[in-house]
Amino acid sequence: MNTPVLKLTDVQKSFGPAKIIQGVDLEIAKGERHAIIGPNGAGKSTLFNLVSGLYSLSSGSVELNGQVISGKKPFEINRMGLSRSFQVSNIFSNMSVRENVRCGVLWSLGYGYSFWRNVGNLKEVQEKTAHILNEVGLLDKANLPASLLPYADQRTLEIAITIAGGAEVIMLDEPTAGMSHSETDRAVALIEKAAKGKTLLIVEHDMGVVFGLADRISVLVYGEIIATGKPSEIRGDPRVREAYLGEEADHFEGATA
Amino acid sequence: MTTDYAALEPSRSEKFRQRILPLILFALLLVVIPFFGPSRTTLTLLNHMGINIVFALAFNMLLGRAGLLTFGHAVYVGLGGYFCVHILNWIDASDGGFWSSVPVFSMPIWGFAMGALAGAVIGWPSCKRSGTPFAMISLGVAELMAAFAYMFDSFFGGEMGISGDRMSGPEFLGLSLGPLDEVYWFIAFWTFVGVALMFAFTRTPLGKLSEATRDNPERVQFIGFNPTRVRYLVFIFSGAFAGMSGGMAAVQDEIFTPESLSLIPSGAVLIAAYIGGIRYFTGPIMGAIVLTYMQSNLSDYSAGWLLYLGLLFICVVMFVPNGIAGMVYGGYDAVRKGKTAEVLGQFALRALGVALMAVSVIVIVEVAFRYSEGYGEVFEPFGLSLPPESVLTWILAVVPLAAGIWLTRHVTRKAEEV
Repeated sequence: MNTPVLKLTDVQKSFGPAKIIQGVDLEIAKGERHAIIGPNGAGKSTLFNLVSGLYSLSSGSVELNGQVISGKKPFEINRMGLSRSFQVSNIFSNMSVRENVRCGVLWSLGYGYSFWRNVGNLKEVQEKTAHILNEVGLLDKANLPASLLPYADQRTLEIAITIAGGAEVIMLDEPTAGMSHSETDRAVALIEKAAKGKTLLIVEHDMGVVFGLADRISVLVYGEIIATGKPSEIRGDPRVREAYLGEEADHFEGATA
Repeated sequence: MTTDYAALEPSRSEKFRQRILPLILFALLLVVIPFFGPSRTTLTLLNHMGINIVFALAFNMLLGRAGLLTFGHAVYVGLGGYFCVHILNWIDASDGGFWSSVPVFSMPIWGFAMGALAGAVIGWPSCKRSGTPFAMISLGVAELMAAFAYMFDSFFGGEMGISGDRMSGPEFLGLSLGPLDEVYWFIAFWTFVGVALMFAFTRTPLGKLSEATRDNPERVQFIGFNPTRVRYLVFIFSGAFAGMSGGMAAVQDEIFTPESLSLIPSGAVLIAAYIGGIRYFTGPIMGAIVLTYMQSNLSDYSAGWLLYLGLLFICVVMFVPNGIAGMVYGGYDAVRKGKTAEVLGQFALRALGVALMAVSVIVIVEVAFRYSEGYGEVFEPFGLSLPPESVLTWILAVVPLAAGIWLTRHVTRKAEEV
């Protein structure tokens, strides 16, 4: 088997005495669409923050394409080809939609911190920005201030910024949180399009989205992965059903039906 | 799939109208001014306006564009300016060496270099922080430099500062830089260069990233950029342009004193940028013009001019946070949307309200000032006599103020109902 694109080895994170992540091992293959589910407070977002470099690991390691990325800064990890979105819209609110995406494009096209070029004259940048806006369906709102976008569009912009740099590993943190049914359907279609040919790691509460989208699912409970497998295996796993007793267990029933 | 990306951008004519035309008009204005035969006082005022425009824009590269509040930006003006006065003296003293070939006209370039160097050194530790810690560090650096200035006489010249002669060295463009009208051309040229370059900066990838870092430093990390690096680079440029204004001031005033890098000019530039409107590129230009005018003219009319300035600043921060530029562009937008009458009506009422309040404030300030001086001098505007014990004084201090407050609140409430 090829080396996994993303490999987590005994990842642990404590905040003071609180052990939030207690030894997570995970391997994600190239092109895989992997979902992480789990009850609230299981540590899903923390795990995302550890992989993307926002938090430092207490112990263990994270490898991207065989290179250790744990301990590196978020921008270094991003440059190595891992990009993430946020659970709460994390956009540049005083800039236009187009400028938001354009900022996401700049590094990947090699324009770095340059101060001797006019962004308006960078054809490549404009083309790629327009291409991404078109792909996510924000072309007609390109010149609106980002802060004036409706919520669902802000979530879409969040994804647009995440994929703008062309990273091969895309991590989405609850991309459909707070969306209506029709908005969720559109978001899922967008995610499928955006993740084509890439590796996707997604945290999601909507089981419909998870079971429709993921090739493999990991279940995180109290900072530990209690099961990893194909959607069908996860559905039948008694430990998973136990962890999801009550309301959320119904989601599994729904997803099975 | 190819997308027609050109449709997204502003059209050629829009670009021209929004980016090139204002600069052309600005250049024309600078060229036309001398043909009105300004007096020496006016020329001096204009020159200081040019210097302060460059300084305020440099300051706003940090505050408005990068979200970095600094209380010590005059440090870079001072260091750039001092360096240039020294160069003036080296040019004067040189006898065929390198400095003898340096025209005084190039001083802003030297100031720019010195400002950049100072920014690179001081910015290295201070840009590791942002927000309040950054502001506090800038305050500390300003205090430190002011203390340095009084300690190291050889560079800063002690309390008296150091002076130079702008008429030495080779002439450039036939300008001897002796008479004030020739200095005007020097200042006008560099003001234009500074404004144009700083505007161009906002259009570069780094300029855009500085706005992105202001809005959301966390996200900037996840699109491949180091927010600390962005801040640091912007800081160097901001210091450089501040140093450039110092070079301009060195030629205009031919003297630099330690006061020039103290907290006073640092505070003044903050006030200028804020009154003008930090959210707009042109805001600090407007603010610098207004503040320079107030500094030089209002002080002739009233000893209490700093009080008025302080009140103006507080009012702008509280009631017009987008400053003069915000009002100008807001009005322009409304006119374009065909709401001219409505906006003009509201504006007139507000202006009346502010004028009424101003009457009371002026009466209170002027009467109080004369009373506190204890010479029994009486405030006598327009043939009125307003001693502190007169009933008329108190009526004028209270009635217009109350009426003005009522009127502005009334207009605001009406506007909110719509």
